[in-house]
Amino acid sequence: MTKADIVEHIYERVGFSKKESAELVEQVFDIIKDTLAEGEKVKISGFGNFVVREKNARKGRNPQTGEEIRLSARRVLTFKPSLVLKNVLNEEPVTEAEARTEG
Amino acid sequence: MTKSGLIELVAERTPHISKKDTEIVVNTIFDSMTEALKHGQRIEIRGFGSFQVKIREAREGRNPKTGEEVHIPAKRTPFFKVGKELKEKVDGVKPGAEGAGDSGDES
Repeated sequence: MTKADIVEHIYERVGFSKKESAELVEQVFDIIKDTLAEGEKVKISGFGNFVVREKNARKGRNPQTGEEIRLSARRVLTFKPSLVLKNVLNEEPVTEAEARTEG
Repeated sequence: MTKSGLIELVAERTPHISKKDTEIVVNTIFDSMTEALKHGQRIEIRGFGSFQVKIREAREGRNPKTGEEVHIPAKRTPFFKVGKELKEKVDGVKPGAEGAGDSGDES
């Protein structure tokens, strides 16, 4: 699924023109991005929370050369799925075939 | 920011669309994303990131209260991978700047 598919859903289910649907979808993701860029978390009930975390500087190693490198402090984005979303995904038990392909 | 805060902001930026309609649209976006994940589909939002369902294998756990061993069945879990653009935005790095990609691995 891509942004275009989401636009299509809105067009079909809500009845907005494709242009309006696309504009709204664009706005939604732009606002979420801008909010996160300011370090503020975004909580979407029923879906999950996007949280910006501060990571301290640490020593790392280039896995290819073994060379030690300094990783600077940074801010990273994490997603914590809501219980509702996790439950929706697990309405049916995981089949053995699924577990084998993705586990 | 919560979902209602998001609806508020979208409504402000799109004055030609009613707030009620904005609310329906925001809900439809996350509903359709939930549905896609439910069907095992991967979601790719360019400039934002991607969502994918992964399987957590079954394991033997223990009830912390009783100490009794319990079987925890395999579960589906949604995973989010932040896109390069948003990753850099959150870290305050200008796209393409030095150090922007030292752990970047977006394919």
